Amino acid sequence: MPNDSLKRVDFIFDKDYNCKEVLYDAFKLTRDEIIEEIIKSGLRGRGGAGFYTGVKWKYAREELADEKVVICNADEGEPGTFKDRAILEEVPSKVLAGMALCGKVIGAKKGYIYLRGEYNYLKPKLEQEINKFTDILHSELNFDFNIKIFSGAGAYVCGEETALLNSMEGLRGEPRNKPPYPTHSGLFGKPTVVNNVETLVYAVMVFKIGAEKFKNIGIQGSSGSKLFSVSGDTPKSGIYELEFGMKVSDFVNEFGDGDAKAVQVGGASGFCVPRKAFDKTTIGYQGKLKGNSLPTGGSMMIFNSSRSMYNVLHNYLEFFVEESCGQCVPCRIGTQQLLKGIEAIKKGKKSSEYLENLLALSETMRLTSKCGLGQSVGNSFSSIVENFKEEMIY
Amino acid sequence: MKDKNKNIAEEMVKLTIDGMEISVKKGTSILHAAKQLGIYIPTLCHHEDLCVAGNCRVCVVDVEGWNTLTASCATPAIDGINVKTLTPKVRKARKDIIALLVSEHNTQCTTCYRSTNCELQTLSSEYNIDNERYISVLKKDVEIDKSSWAVEIDPSKCIRCQRCVRTCSQLQHVNALTVAGKGKEMRITTFMDLPLNDVVCTNCGQCIIHCPTGALTERRYFDDIWNAIGDPEKHVVINTAPSVRVALGEMLGFPVGTRVTGKMVTALKKIGFDAVLDTDFAADLTIMEEGFELLHRLKRKFVDFEDVALPMITSCSPGWVKYIEHMYPNHLMHLSSCKSPQQMFGALAKTYYADKKGIDPATIVSVAGMPCAAKKFEANRPEMNDSGFQDVDAGLTTREIGYMIKQSGMDFLSLEDSEYDSIMGESSGAAVIFGATGGVMEAALRTVYEVVTGREIPFKNLAITPARGLEGVKEASIIIENTTPEYKFLEGVEVKVAIAHGLKNARTIMEQIVAGKSPYIFVEIMACPGGCIGGGGQPIPTNDEIRRKRIEAIYAEDEGMKIRKSHEVEEIKQIYREFLKEPLGHKSHHLLHTKYRKRNRY
Ligand SMILES: Cc1cc2nc3c(=O)[nH]c(=O)nc-3n(C[C@H](O)[C@H](O)[C@H](O)COP(=O)(O)O)c2cc1C
Ligand code: SF4
Ligand code: SF4
Ligand code: SF4
Ligand code: SF4
Ligand code: FES
Repeated sequence: MPNDSLKRVDFIFDKDYNCKEVLYDAFKLTRDEIIEEIIKSGLRGRGGAGFYTGVKWKYAREELADEKVVICNADEGEPGTFKDRAILEEVPSKVLAGMALCGKVIGAKKGYIYLRGEYNYLKPKLEQEINKFTDILHSELNFDFNIKIFSGAGAYVCGEETALLNSMEGLRGEPRNKPPYPTHSGLFGKPTVVNNVETLVYAVMVFKIGAEKFKNIGIQGSSGSKLFSVSGDTPKSGIYELEFGMKVSDFVNEFGDGDAKAVQVGGASGFCVPRKAFDKTTIGYQGKLKGNSLPTGGSMMIFNSSRSMYNVLHNYLEFFVEESCGQCVPCRIGTQQLLKGIEAIKKGKKSSEYLENLLALSETMRLTSKCGLGQSVGNSFSSIVENFKEEMIY
Repeated sequence: MKDKNKNIAEEMVKLTIDGMEISVKKGTSILHAAKQLGIYIPTLCHHEDLCVAGNCRVCVVDVEGWNTLTASCATPAIDGINVKTLTPKVRKARKDIIALLVSEHNTQCTTCYRSTNCELQTLSSEYNIDNERYISVLKKDVEIDKSSWAVEIDPSKCIRCQRCVRTCSQLQHVNALTVAGKGKEMRITTFMDLPLNDVVCTNCGQCIIHCPTGALTERRYFDDIWNAIGDPEKHVVINTAPSVRVALGEMLGFPVGTRVTGKMVTALKKIGFDAVLDTDFAADLTIMEEGFELLHRLKRKFVDFEDVALPMITSCSPGWVKYIEHMYPNHLMHLSSCKSPQQMFGALAKTYYADKKGIDPATIVSVAGMPCAAKKFEANRPEMNDSGFQDVDAGLTTREIGYMIKQSGMDFLSLEDSEYDSIMGESSGAAVIFGATGGVMEAALRTVYEVVTGREIPFKNLAITPARGLEGVKEASIIIENTTPEYKFLEGVEVKVAIAHGLKNARTIMEQIVAGKSPYIFVEIMACPGGCIGGGGQPIPTNDEIRRKRIEAIYAEDEGMKIRKSHEVEEIKQIYREFLKEPLGHKSHHLLHTKYRKRNRY
């Protein structure tokens, strides 16, 4: 990605620092001290779920096992996001450093990059980088840690961490029951940390600038900055690194085309913010899912008034109908019902009251689905339906 | 390390479910904890025999403070949690889920074989599901796969719970069934979507008895049988297997574990079978033939120093036979050449029996009442026509017999008992126990030991207890002492035997053989967990609790028999005197023994 399109913060793509030195300093600390630092920084996962990274590492660290594993989740299947690809293209050594740091902390000797199938073209260059990096690790940092690339199976759901593990084990890419969580029983039953590409980079950054400083970027509960893939009705689509805590209205002022009627935060599984809520909504992890602070894996899509929100929702639902792994009932059939349902209402075959049924169903899907995919279909569904009811009916 | 594990195993957690406190072992699911409290939580994808899937989600419960509901079958109890199983939120969620399943389902209960015994039907009626709540998303134009002799697949009635898939891989190590597609296209299928008959399937029917709905059923033949019975030209005989009599009652109003032998015989006579005979007769015959085959192999080994295949493995279970033909085609010499009791019976029905009764064998319709789905395939194996006709015309499952009795409208509960017809209706307790895992071994040892030593086997009450029970692989060993002169060569020999049930356990035995490390002389293998009492043709549900009760009934039946050893049965002595002459003799070879074929692994 061209660096000149980046805005506001420039940590991720900054090539000005040497990972080896950061690691060298970090490795002077004890494993528990490293975890302390990460926890103190308030770093949370950038893959969507927003789990505290230090806590995740701590869980894996506390497991007794002969072997542990670090996995970098580079499946990046959410339509409209391409930030992990950009990171792997531009600053791969930071990702590798993040993996090594995690490996050091939890006591793993093996790391894998689960690379989205479509990104296979990155493999040769990545492998070179890995060789270079592990040589340095072995010889200069005295750390026996190896990294391999695993080519992804190609389904969106394989980005879900337990489906990812199944797919790496040669099983069907279906999410597993949790618990057990991967930190307890992950790849082939070994304690495993799965982190997003971006998360790993920020973990390194915590040691570059110090936990205290990191924590002061962003807002309470959402420390640091984040990469956003901006798309839709914007003259400036691209990847931007922005501080957490920005108001959607500020975001729209900066990126919109002057006619934005909604912003979809977090892609198909995220929330739709209508114009009237732009002022009241900030971007971050904080608050309840339905509160006024929204999490995102990084996709920010702007819709102007020429867009049909019915079509937007229809596209999302078609995506879920296809991409659900299909194993659990609320998700497999629920997604089909939501899609058929809005079609039937649009065509006048069902009355508008049927929308209430569908909203209730989307809540059941949130409550009962086995993994994050089915659980979050209701996010976009309810936020779009509730805010653009007329567009659904007429 | 060991001690530490022990502590973990004994660690208890305390939780509250619907206001009641309970302590359970760490790792126990919320579902099982609730069950201990007598709280019923509905399930669909869960089966006690299988690993947890957690995909149907009807078992959801509400744990205080948790963001979402949780699947109780898949969630271990955690210390201090407060669980509610029947709040309006939970009920609403379950109702939605069941309604979703119904919207995907080809609801045809009026014509469905599993009606009144279907878990989806029961739940949707319990939860009073409104069929109109959702738009139908049933796939059109899916075809019923009727290619197999044993198993029919109707995908339109499948709820995709994967119980069959888990059964076939986990219990049977066959993997005939798999999951394909994702999203709305996710479905259960076979390797390359081939018809079931064209993939490696043992016809064991375990998938059927683990399926909660009418998606998997046995191929049904009872209409043909009714027609044959109605045809005055035909002489229709049925023989019923030992495990049928201890399970059939479950379909007809009796508690699990009730023996209904006499009532069953009466009912079949009333239905109009011209003769109701006992497969046990053929089981006793199997013991004679197989026992002598074993002794023959041992003689070749110890006297003639030939290179004979040991252990010899039983061949009564057609699912197992097909399994070894596919999976271990280079080790078929380990199989006993004996046909299964069903096929021995069939071959004799159209020869010995016809002769004795003065009936033209061409008019005989020979039916086998079996706990088994694989018997349907076996009856149709092309080589099974040694009588000059198809030896067995049809195999019926216990369930089909149950349905025939229901169709006849009789009040089964109040039927009088009657005796099997003769000839080929007399048998021993040794034959009865064929129905339970370990039974063939026990029956064989009762006879072989006595033949070799002239004394009864030294177990109290003839009960060879190490052979009994539900452990996957059982072992026993007897040292032979003070033989008769003819069997001097066995003096001091330790006879090590093993028993495996469920094809997963068969694999353990076979891998030892392949590695050249099998310590056994004789092995019994049954395809189905628990043996025939847990067969793929048995009443649904079947689980360990039910298996145990059926097994108890089998051993009780054995103990109640006057004759407990195959070689002492009068009709067995008679058939050797008058017809077969001797075990392994010329006639036996022709009618009672068979050959196996190598099949492909894929
Ligand atoms: C359907 C689905 C798809 C997902 N896809 C991705 C993905 O492509 N990349 C990713 O990092 N996390 C993805 N996740 C989140 C992962 O399950 C997991 O939470 C994440 O990798 C953890 O890393 P983090 O803690 O660094 O965010 C997905 C989750 C779900 C439910
Ligand atoms: S929620 Fe959807 S994607 Fe997740 S396990 Fe269930 S069916 Fe699969
Ligand atoms: S499978 Fe069950 S619900 Fe479906 S038609 Fe048959 S009995 Fe009815
Ligand atoms: S009959 Fe047995 S082998 Fe065949 S699919 Fe069913 S469980 Fe598998
Ligand atoms: S065939 Fe039966 S057991 Fe298999 S998935 Fe379908 S409903 Fe479940
Ligand atoms: S029974 Fe628990 S999810 Fe199916």
